Amino acid sequence: MSGHALELAQAFDGFFAALFVLAGLGVIVARQMRGTLYLFMLHALMLSASAIVLAIALHSAHLGWVALITFSTKVVAVPLVLIWATGSKVYGRREVDHVLSIPLSLLIAVGLAFAAWIMSQPLLQVITAQPFAAINLPTGLIAMFFGAFTVTVRREGVAQLMGLLIMESGAFFASIAIVHDLTIIAEIAAAVDVPIAVLVIGLLLRSIGAVTGSTRVGHMVTLRERR
Amino acid sequence: MLLALILIVPIIAALLTLVNRRAAPWLTLATALAVLGLAIAAALQVMANGPLVEVHGGFTLDALGALYLLLVAFVGVTASLYSIGYIEARHREAGRIAPRYRQYYTLFNLFLVSMLAVPLLTSLAVMWIAIELTTIFSAFLVAYEDRAEALEAAWKYVVLTTMGAMIALLGILVLYYGVHRAGQPPSWAGLVAAAPHMPPAVMLTGFVLALVGFGAKAGLVPMHTWLPDAHSQAPASICALLSGVETSAALYMILRLYPALIRNPGIPDANVWFLVAGLTSVGVAAFLILQVTDFKRLFAYSTVEHMGIILTAVGLGTRAAHLGTVYQLFAHSLTKSFCFYAAGLATIALGTQRIRGSSGLLGSSPLVGWALLLGALAIAGAPPFVVFISEFQILRAGFGAGEYLATGLLTVFIVIAFIAIVYQIGSIVFREPAPAQTPAQALPVSSVLALVLAFLPLLIFGFYLPPPLRGLVHQAAALLGGAP
Repeated sequence: MSGHALELAQAFDGFFAALFVLAGLGVIVARQMRGTLYLFMLHALMLSASAIVLAIALHSAHLGWVALITFSTKVVAVPLVLIWATGSKVYGRREVDHVLSIPLSLLIAVGLAFAAWIMSQPLLQVITAQPFAAINLPTGLIAMFFGAFTVTVRREGVAQLMGLLIMESGAFFASIAIVHDLTIIAEIAAAVDVPIAVLVIGLLLRSIGAVTGSTRVGHMVTLRERR
Repeated sequence: MLLALILIVPIIAALLTLVNRRAAPWLTLATALAVLGLAIAAALQVMANGPLVEVHGGFTLDALGALYLLLVAFVGVTASLYSIGYIEARHREAGRIAPRYRQYYTLFNLFLVSMLAVPLLTSLAVMWIAIELTTIFSAFLVAYEDRAEALEAAWKYVVLTTMGAMIALLGILVLYYGVHRAGQPPSWAGLVAAAPHMPPAVMLTGFVLALVGFGAKAGLVPMHTWLPDAHSQAPASICALLSGVETSAALYMILRLYPALIRNPGIPDANVWFLVAGLTSVGVAAFLILQVTDFKRLFAYSTVEHMGIILTAVGLGTRAAHLGTVYQLFAHSLTKSFCFYAAGLATIALGTQRIRGSSGLLGSSPLVGWALLLGALAIAGAPPFVVFISEFQILRAGFGAGEYLATGLLTVFIVIAFIAIVYQIGSIVFREPAPAQTPAQALPVSSVLALVLAFLPLLIFGFYLPPPLRGLVHQAAALLGGAP
């Protein structure tokens, strides 16, 4: 690939990476469950878009498969499975009791993004031969931090599940820039694993809703050491 | 085809249990026995001919993998036998059939498959998926009783261990990059061969992410909080699998990184990571055992302690300590499953899991009382049980290697945990029975048989390890690559 084409590909990848980060930030602060789900879909779409750019730029069929699998599982299958498993009623809800306020959550998220960028630098210094690593590695790490933060500050089960999936997308966003050829078995297995995980966690959430009358799992705090 | 069969048989059984619910318990037991037979055959081949490779390199089994495979298969047999009577007894106690009864044996078989897959798969990425599936298939087994507390425990379990799995995924993929860069296949053997050529930043980043990620699943402090909750709510048969072999699966992944880490010349302090992570877990768990109020939670904290002991033993870095590591892994699985079987029967006999207010179990239900007492002594490390042998080996190797600080701390923590476990369980089994206790229920025969079957190895192996098994333990320890 010529230098100009590579620069163009990097610009596209950078654009998708920025949207990837913004969608992750949106999941942290969005109140509406339906909005959270749409933001997650956008997040996964940006992962697919980045994988397509890298597939073309690096002439990697494996990354093409990653893009296709990510799109079909996370953008299409996961939302459908989740709505089926948890019931559509959950998505009409508005979460009003975040652990932290939105401004404070945003402030911490900015700090996390900065920390992730710093933490990725030692690795970037040795991964010099990969032209997209400087974009994808810090971005993926930021998404992982955002996902973990979402799990911590959101009380609604669906939002926590989105946090977990954002962590997984973050891991893949980082790795597609450095690992271009996972075996096809691993790719297929990953494609099967995510919907199964979402199905099981979604059904678990439905059971929680049926037994406790709410899917606000952040309020489930009965299991502690009793004196 | 032998290795593939080990996975195919329980997958078929999982499907059949969906079709015939009445035969499901016996079908699951027969399957577990068949898997144990296949695992023994595979282990014997590994001992005789070295690593087994099948299905175009998709499956690989070496000595350490074979040992873990045997443990999963054996605990699978005892847990399936135990389940037959225990699950029915739980239904009688609750006055209803649990809504998830239909799924129990299907999920049990799938859970077993996912754990059996961990030592058999070659690719690191596919192995990660197997680890992730252990959580997915066991989530509803933890939430089996469908109460608010059980669902809370299952949610915490799923969320914390899945978060860990995502962190571990990034770690595995970073290591994948390093292995690929060195021109090696993405397997354990490939990782060890690639390690000297990998940039230290890549090796260390991959390792730390895997340590944190798999550490959450193994119950290492501070990611251990799901463990006591899940174990206090799950059926005892599932606790035996969770504590006995599932946590060990995650630890197995961490242990396998050790030989790669020490071969990287840019990481001179590789052992320190293991020592710090291990000693932190042992120390915190020892003090938590002192203040615990539920005996199933007590055994869960003891698992945290044992995971820490195993990590510390690896970090001691010598071949003798690694022999203790492998022996401890083996002893923990056998003993902890027995402890949970005893705890499950004690719950039936006492009508509660609380330590305070429970007493005189030896008088009211001698069999369960003795089982709980012997289980407590065995897991605490009293002679003549198998944990005593492994812990003694680790401490002797540690002092012999001149690691006085780490081994001294380990000794202190083990002694604290010993006193705490024996004191807490002693207060349940001795003294006069409390007047308010529920009348003793008949113990399920299959569960008692499983208890006896689980007890035999932890007593026998304390005195005598059959030569083929001893050979396998030595081969497995050598794979960790400790200094002579």
